[in-house]
Amino acid sequence: MYIDPHIHMVSRTTDDYARMAAAGCVAVTEPAFWAGFDRSSAAGFHDYFRQLTESEPRRAAAYGIAHHAWICINPKEAQDHGFAREVMSMIPDFLSRPNVLGVGEIGLNRNCKTELAVFEEHLEIAAQHNSLVLIHTPHLEDKLKGTRLILDAITAHGKINPQRILVDHVEEHTVRMVLERGLWAGMTLYPDTKCTAARAVDIMEMHGTERIWINSAGDWGHSDPLAVPKAVVSMRARGHTAADIHKISFENPRAFLSQSGNFSVVAPRPTIS
Amino acid sequence: MTTPADKPPLDRKMLIDLGFIDARAKVLDIAAFLDRLDRAASVNTSTDFRIDAIRAALAIALENSPARAERILQLWSDPTTEPVERSDGKAARGAHPTRTT
Repeated sequence: MYIDPHIHMVSRTTDDYARMAAAGCVAVTEPAFWAGFDRSSAAGFHDYFRQLTESEPRRAAAYGIAHHAWICINPKEAQDHGFAREVMSMIPDFLSRPNVLGVGEIGLNRNCKTELAVFEEHLEIAAQHNSLVLIHTPHLEDKLKGTRLILDAITAHGKINPQRILVDHVEEHTVRMVLERGLWAGMTLYPDTKCTAARAVDIMEMHGTERIWINSAGDWGHSDPLAVPKAVVSMRARGHTAADIHKISFENPRAFLSQSGNFSVVAPRPTIS
Repeated sequence: MTTPADKPPLDRKMLIDLGFIDARAKVLDIAAFLDRLDRAASVNTSTDFRIDAIRAALAIALENSPARAERILQLWSDPTTEPVERSDGKAARGAHPTRTT
Protein backbone atom coordinates (compact mmCIF):
# COMPACT_ATOMS: atom_id res chain seq x y z
CA MET A 1 0.00 0.00 0.00
CA TYR A 2 1.45 3.38 -0.99
CA ILE A 3 0.59 7.01 -1.75
CA ASP A 4 1.98 8.86 -4.78
CA PRO A 5 1.80 12.44 -3.47
CA HIS A 6 2.82 14.16 -6.71
CA ILE A 7 1.65 12.86 -10.07
CA HIS A 8 -0.01 14.54 -13.07
CA MET A 9 -2.72 12.07 -13.93
CA VAL A 10 -4.33 14.33 -16.55
CA SER A 11 -1.29 13.37 -18.66
CA ARG A 12 -1.57 9.64 -17.98
CA THR A 13 -3.76 6.91 -19.40
CA THR A 14 -6.45 4.98 -17.61
CA ASP A 15 -4.19 1.93 -17.95
CA ASP A 16 -1.75 3.76 -15.67
CA TYR A 17 -4.44 4.06 -13.00
CA ALA A 18 -5.01 0.31 -13.35
CA ARG A 19 -1.31 -0.48 -13.04
CA MET A 20 -0.86 1.85 -10.07
CA ALA A 21 -3.83 0.27 -8.30
CA ALA A 22 -2.41 -3.19 -8.95
CA ALA A 23 0.91 -2.04 -7.45
CA GLY A 24 -0.84 -0.91 -4.26
CA CYS A 25 -1.54 2.79 -4.82
CA VAL A 26 -4.42 3.97 -2.64
CA ALA A 27 -4.16 7.75 -3.04
CA VAL A 28 -2.61 10.36 -5.33
CA THR A 29 -2.30 14.12 -5.16
CA GLU A 30 -2.09 16.12 -8.38
CA PRO A 31 -0.60 19.62 -8.43
CA ALA A 32 -1.61 22.09 -11.12
CA PHE A 33 1.28 22.35 -13.62
CA TRP A 34 2.40 23.27 -17.12
CA ALA A 35 0.68 20.92 -19.55
CA GLY A 36 3.44 21.16 -22.17
CA PHE A 37 2.02 24.24 -23.89
CA ASP A 38 0.96 27.71 -22.75
CA ARG A 39 -2.75 28.26 -22.21
CA SER A 40 -4.00 31.31 -24.04
CA SER A 41 -6.57 32.50 -21.52
CA ALA A 42 -7.56 32.33 -17.87
CA ALA A 43 -10.58 30.34 -19.04
CA GLY A 44 -8.17 27.60 -20.09
CA PHE A 45 -6.97 27.39 -16.49
CA HIS A 46 -10.55 27.37 -15.23
CA ASP A 47 -11.27 24.32 -17.38
CA TYR A 48 -8.06 22.66 -16.16
CA PHE A 49 -8.96 23.29 -12.51
CA ARG A 50 -12.37 21.73 -13.16
CA GLN A 51 -10.65 18.71 -14.68
CA LEU A 52 -8.51 18.38 -11.53
CA THR A 53 -11.46 18.69 -9.17
CA GLU A 54 -14.30 17.01 -11.08
CA SER A 55 -13.10 14.60 -13.77
CA GLU A 56 -9.86 13.15 -12.34
CA PRO A 57 -11.37 12.14 -8.97
CA ARG A 58 -13.99 10.10 -10.83
CA ARG A 59 -11.39 8.47 -13.08
CA ALA A 60 -9.24 7.53 -10.07
CA ALA A 61 -12.16 6.26 -8.00
CA ALA A 62 -12.91 3.66 -10.65
CA TYR A 63 -9.65 2.00 -9.56
CA GLY A 64 -10.10 2.51 -5.83
CA ILE A 65 -7.63 5.42 -5.76
CA ALA A 66 -8.43 8.58 -3.80
CA HIS A 67 -7.56 11.62 -5.92
CA HIS A 68 -6.65 15.07 -4.54
CA ALA A 69 -5.54 18.28 -6.21
CA TRP A 70 -3.50 21.45 -5.67
CA ILE A 71 -4.41 24.69 -7.44
CA CYS A 72 -2.18 27.48 -8.78
CA ILE A 73 -0.66 29.00 -11.90
CA ASN A 74 2.66 27.26 -12.49
CA PRO A 75 5.81 29.38 -12.85
CA LYS A 76 6.34 28.49 -16.52
CA GLU A 77 3.11 30.30 -17.38
CA ALA A 78 3.60 33.09 -14.85
CA GLN A 79 5.79 35.35 -16.99
CA ASP A 80 2.96 37.87 -17.51
CA HIS A 81 2.12 39.23 -14.10
CA GLY A 82 -1.31 40.53 -15.11
CA PHE A 83 -2.29 37.20 -16.64
CA ALA A 84 -1.00 35.36 -13.57
CA ARG A 85 -3.11 37.56 -11.30
CA GLU A 86 -6.19 36.83 -13.40
CA VAL A 87 -5.61 33.10 -12.90
CA MET A 88 -4.74 33.51 -9.20
CA SER A 89 -8.05 35.30 -8.65
CA MET A 90 -9.79 31.96 -9.35
CA ILE A 91 -7.82 30.01 -6.76
CA PRO A 92 -9.93 30.79 -3.66
CA ASP A 93 -13.09 29.36 -5.24
CA PHE A 94 -11.33 26.10 -6.02
CA LEU A 95 -9.67 25.82 -2.60
CA SER A 96 -13.10 25.08 -1.16
CA ARG A 97 -13.66 22.04 -3.38
CA PRO A 98 -13.69 18.71 -1.53
CA ASN A 99 -10.58 17.13 -3.09
CA VAL A 100 -8.35 20.24 -2.96
CA LEU A 101 -5.50 20.19 -0.44
CA GLY A 102 -3.94 23.59 -0.98
CA VAL A 103 -1.89 25.85 -3.23
CA GLY A 104 0.61 24.16 -5.59
CA GLU A 105 2.81 23.46 -7.26
CA ILE A 106 4.00 27.02 -7.00
CA GLY A 107 7.64 28.07 -7.12
CA LEU A 108 10.23 29.11 -9.66
CA ASN A 109 11.29 27.85 -13.06
CA ARG A 110 14.06 30.11 -14.43
CA ASN A 111 14.45 32.26 -11.29
CA CYS A 112 13.19 35.51 -12.77
CA LYS A 113 11.64 38.45 -10.93
CA THR A 114 8.09 37.95 -12.15
CA GLU A 115 8.11 34.29 -11.14
CA LEU A 116 9.29 35.31 -7.68
CA ALA A 117 6.60 37.98 -7.33
CA VAL A 118 3.89 35.52 -8.38
CA PHE A 119 5.30 32.95 -5.95
CA GLU A 120 5.06 35.47 -3.09
CA GLU A 121 1.44 36.25 -4.02
CA HIS A 122 0.60 32.54 -3.98
CA LEU A 123 2.08 32.30 -0.48
CA GLU A 124 -0.21 35.10 0.62
CA ILE A 125 -3.27 33.33 -0.85
CA ALA A 126 -2.28 30.17 1.03
CA ALA A 127 -1.83 32.13 4.25
CA GLN A 128 -5.20 33.84 3.90
CA HIS A 129 -6.96 30.50 3.38
CA ASN A 130 -4.85 28.50 5.84
CA SER A 131 -3.91 26.12 3.01
CA LEU A 132 -1.10 23.65 2.69
CA VAL A 133 1.58 24.62 0.17
CA LEU A 134 3.36 22.40 -2.37
CA ILE A 135 6.44 24.00 -3.95
CA HIS A 136 8.20 23.15 -7.20
CA THR A 137 11.94 23.86 -7.26
CA PRO A 138 13.60 24.62 -10.61
CA HIS A 139 15.30 22.16 -12.89
CA LEU A 140 18.96 21.26 -13.29
CA GLU A 141 21.40 24.19 -13.05
CA ASP A 142 18.64 26.48 -11.77
CA LYS A 143 17.69 24.33 -8.77
CA LEU A 144 20.26 25.45 -6.21
CA LYS A 145 19.76 29.17 -6.76
CA GLY A 146 15.99 28.79 -7.08
CA THR A 147 15.70 26.76 -3.90
CA ARG A 148 17.62 29.44 -1.99
CA LEU A 149 15.38 32.18 -3.41
CA ILE A 150 12.27 30.18 -2.48
CA LEU A 151 13.44 29.50 1.07
CA ASP A 152 14.33 33.16 1.57
CA ALA A 153 10.90 34.21 0.28
CA ILE A 154 9.16 31.80 2.67
CA THR A 155 11.17 33.17 5.58
CA ALA A 156 10.49 36.78 4.58
CA HIS A 157 6.76 36.06 4.19
CA GLY A 158 6.70 34.31 7.54
CA LYS A 159 2.95 33.75 7.81
CA ILE A 160 2.82 29.98 7.16
CA ASN A 161 3.94 27.29 9.59
CA PRO A 162 6.94 25.58 7.88
CA GLN A 163 5.47 22.19 8.72
CA ARG A 164 2.58 23.00 6.34
CA ILE A 165 4.92 23.58 3.39
CA LEU A 166 6.56 20.89 1.25
CA VAL A 167 9.48 21.80 -1.00
CA ASP A 168 9.61 19.27 -3.81
CA HIS A 169 12.25 17.91 -6.19
CA VAL A 170 15.11 18.13 -3.67
CA GLU A 171 18.43 16.52 -4.53
CA GLU A 172 21.71 16.04 -2.71
CA HIS A 173 22.63 19.74 -2.89
CA THR A 174 19.27 21.11 -1.66
CA VAL A 175 17.77 18.60 0.77
CA ARG A 176 19.73 19.77 3.81
CA MET A 177 18.75 23.44 3.55
CA VAL A 178 15.07 22.52 3.22
CA LEU A 179 15.02 20.21 6.24
CA GLU A 180 17.06 22.60 8.37
CA ARG A 181 14.31 25.25 7.99
CA GLY A 182 11.70 22.86 9.38
CA LEU A 183 10.01 22.34 6.00
CA TRP A 184 9.02 19.04 4.41
CA ALA A 185 11.09 17.78 1.47
CA GLY A 186 9.97 15.76 -1.55
CA MET A 187 12.20 13.61 -3.72
CA THR A 188 11.03 13.09 -7.30
CA LEU A 189 12.02 9.83 -8.94
CA TYR A 190 12.81 10.52 -12.59
CA PRO A 191 14.73 8.38 -15.07
CA ASP A 192 17.11 11.16 -16.19
CA THR A 193 16.69 14.32 -14.15
CA LYS A 194 15.99 14.87 -10.44
CA CYS A 195 16.55 11.67 -8.34
CA THR A 196 16.95 8.06 -9.35
CA ALA A 197 15.62 5.53 -6.85
CA ALA A 198 19.17 4.59 -5.84
CA ARG A 199 20.07 8.22 -5.06
CA ALA A 200 16.81 8.78 -3.21
CA VAL A 201 17.65 5.83 -0.96
CA ASP A 202 21.14 7.31 -0.45
CA ILE A 203 19.58 10.61 0.62
CA MET A 204 17.29 8.82 3.10
CA GLU A 205 20.28 7.00 4.57
CA MET A 206 22.23 10.24 4.93
CA HIS A 207 19.42 12.54 6.10
CA GLY A 208 16.93 10.19 7.77
CA THR A 209 13.26 9.82 6.97
CA GLU A 210 11.70 12.61 9.00
CA ARG A 211 9.66 15.06 6.89
CA ILE A 212 10.63 13.41 3.58
CA TRP A 213 8.46 11.77 0.92
CA ILE A 214 9.03 10.24 -2.49
CA ASN A 215 6.90 10.76 -5.60
CA SER A 216 6.88 9.94 -9.30
CA ALA A 217 5.79 13.34 -10.63
CA GLY A 218 4.61 11.26 -13.57
CA ASP A 219 3.48 13.52 -16.41
CA TRP A 220 3.60 13.87 -20.20
CA GLY A 221 7.43 13.77 -20.25
CA HIS A 222 9.98 11.09 -19.51
CA SER A 223 8.65 9.74 -16.21
CA ASP A 224 7.28 6.59 -14.62
CA PRO A 225 3.94 6.40 -12.80
CA LEU A 226 5.22 3.29 -11.00
CA ALA A 227 8.35 5.02 -9.71
CA VAL A 228 7.24 4.88 -6.06
CA PRO A 229 6.65 1.10 -5.90
CA LYS A 230 9.89 0.59 -7.84
CA ALA A 231 11.73 2.69 -5.23
CA VAL A 232 10.18 0.47 -2.57
CA VAL A 233 11.78 -2.50 -4.34
CA SER A 234 15.12 -0.64 -4.30
CA MET A 235 14.80 0.07 -0.57
CA ARG A 236 14.07 -3.60 0.09
CA ALA A 237 17.12 -4.66 -1.94
CA ARG A 238 19.24 -2.18 0.00
CA GLY A 239 18.28 -3.87 3.28
CA HIS A 240 15.78 -1.37 4.67
CA THR A 241 13.07 -2.55 7.02
CA ALA A 242 9.40 -2.88 6.18
CA ALA A 243 8.71 -0.18 8.78
CA ASP A 244 11.08 2.29 7.08
CA ILE A 245 9.58 1.52 3.68
CA HIS A 246 6.03 2.03 4.97
CA LYS A 247 7.05 5.29 6.61
CA ILE A 248 8.51 6.85 3.48
CA SER A 249 5.92 5.55 1.00
CA PHE A 250 2.77 5.88 3.11
CA GLU A 251 3.01 7.28 6.64
CA ASN A 252 5.00 10.40 5.78
CA PRO A 253 2.80 11.59 2.92
CA ARG A 254 -0.29 10.78 4.97
CA ALA A 255 1.05 12.79 7.92
CA PHE A 256 1.76 15.88 5.81
CA LEU A 257 -1.37 15.70 3.67
CA SER A 258 -3.71 14.98 6.59
CA GLN A 259 -3.04 18.50 7.81
CA SER A 260 -5.67 19.31 5.20
CA GLY A 261 -9.02 18.02 6.34
CA ASN A 262 -9.76 17.07 2.73
CA PHE A 263 -7.18 14.27 2.54
CA SER A 264 -8.26 10.64 2.72
CA VAL A 265 -6.75 7.33 1.62
CA VAL A 266 -10.25 6.00 0.99
CA ALA A 267 -11.54 6.61 -2.51
CA PRO A 268 -15.13 7.68 -2.99
CA ARG A 269 -17.47 5.14 -4.54
CA PRO A 270 -17.06 5.03 -8.33
CA THR A 271 -19.65 6.93 -10.30
CA ILE A 272 -20.52 6.97 -13.96
CA SER A 273 -20.50 10.45 -15.43
CA MET B 1 16.21 5.14 9.84
CA THR B 2 14.18 8.01 11.27
CA THR B 3 17.46 9.73 11.94
CA PRO B 4 20.44 9.55 9.58
CA ALA B 5 22.27 6.24 9.79
CA ASP B 6 26.01 6.02 10.40
CA LYS B 7 26.25 3.35 7.74
CA PRO B 8 23.88 1.89 5.13
CA PRO B 9 22.26 -1.45 6.04
CA LEU B 10 24.34 -3.33 3.46
CA ASP B 11 28.12 -3.63 3.79
CA ARG B 12 30.53 -2.48 1.09
CA LYS B 13 30.84 -5.89 -0.56
CA MET B 14 27.06 -6.31 -0.74
CA LEU B 15 26.64 -2.84 -2.24
CA ILE B 16 29.26 -3.64 -4.88
CA ASP B 17 27.47 -6.90 -5.69
CA LEU B 18 24.19 -5.02 -5.99
CA GLY B 19 25.38 -2.00 -7.98
CA PHE B 20 28.52 -2.87 -9.92
CA ILE B 21 26.96 -4.02 -13.19
CA ASP B 22 24.70 -0.95 -13.31
CA ALA B 23 27.63 1.40 -12.60
CA ARG B 24 29.77 -0.43 -15.15
CA ALA B 25 27.13 0.09 -17.83
CA LYS B 26 26.89 3.80 -17.02
CA VAL B 27 30.67 4.29 -17.20
CA LEU B 28 30.71 2.59 -20.60
CA ASP B 29 27.83 4.78 -21.79
CA ILE B 30 29.76 7.94 -20.86
CA ALA B 31 32.93 6.67 -22.54
CA ALA B 32 31.00 5.73 -25.68
CA PHE B 33 29.26 9.13 -25.68
CA LEU B 34 32.63 10.94 -25.61
CA ASP B 35 33.96 8.61 -28.34
CA ARG B 36 30.88 9.43 -30.44
CA LEU B 37 31.53 13.15 -30.09
CA ASP B 38 35.16 12.66 -31.10
CA ARG B 39 34.12 10.77 -34.20
CA ALA B 40 31.76 13.59 -35.13
CA ALA B 41 34.29 16.35 -34.48
CA SER B 42 35.87 18.44 -37.21
CA VAL B 43 39.16 20.27 -36.88
CA ASN B 44 37.56 23.58 -35.95
CA THR B 45 34.96 22.23 -33.54
CA SER B 46 34.75 24.50 -30.56
CA THR B 47 34.27 23.20 -27.07
CA ASP B 48 30.80 22.91 -25.54
CA PHE B 49 30.28 23.95 -21.93
CA ARG B 50 28.08 20.91 -21.31
CA ILE B 51 30.88 18.52 -22.24
CA ASP B 52 33.30 20.55 -20.15
CA ALA B 53 30.80 20.11 -17.32
CA ILE B 54 30.86 16.34 -17.72
CA ARG B 55 34.65 16.24 -17.79
CA ALA B 56 34.87 18.39 -14.65
CA ALA B 57 32.30 16.20 -12.93
CA LEU B 58 34.20 13.04 -13.80
CA ALA B 59 37.25 14.48 -12.05
CA ILE B 60 35.17 14.95 -8.89
CA ALA B 61 33.74 11.43 -9.18
CA LEU B 62 37.28 10.02 -9.14
CA GLU B 63 38.30 11.84 -5.96
CA ASN B 64 38.63 9.85 -2.75
CA SER B 65 36.47 12.18 -0.72
CA PRO B 66 32.77 12.14 0.26
CA ALA B 67 29.70 13.91 -1.12
CA ARG B 68 30.74 13.51 -4.76
CA ALA B 69 27.16 13.68 -6.05
CA GLU B 70 26.41 16.83 -4.04
CA ARG B 71 29.62 18.53 -5.20
CA ILE B 72 28.93 17.67 -8.84
CA LEU B 73 25.44 19.16 -8.59
CA GLN B 74 26.93 22.29 -7.04
CA LEU B 75 29.52 22.47 -9.83
CA TRP B 76 26.77 22.40 -12.47
CA SER B 77 24.63 25.02 -10.68
CA ASP B 78 24.09 28.68 -11.51
CA PRO B 79 26.43 30.47 -9.08
CA THR B 80 24.51 33.77 -9.09
CA THR B 81 22.17 34.71 -6.27
CA GLU B 82 19.81 37.41 -7.55
CA PRO B 83 16.65 36.77 -9.62
CA VAL B 84 17.10 37.61 -13.31
CA GLU B 85 15.05 40.34 -14.97
CA ARG B 86 13.33 37.93 -17.36
CA SER B 87 13.53 34.31 -18.38
CA ASP B 88 15.53 33.41 -21.51
CA GLY B 89 13.29 30.43 -22.22
CA LYS B 90 11.44 27.70 -20.37
CA ALA B 91 14.09 24.99 -20.36
CA ALA B 92 17.23 24.63 -18.25
CA ARG B 93 20.27 23.13 -19.95
CA GLY B 94 21.81 20.92 -17.29
CA ALA B 95 24.95 22.88 -16.49
CA HIS B 96 25.89 26.53 -16.15
CA PRO B 97 28.35 27.96 -18.71
CA THR B 98 30.29 30.06 -16.24
CA ARG B 99 31.09 27.21 -13.86
CA THR B 100 33.05 24.87 -16.10
CA THR B 101 34.79 26.92 -18.77
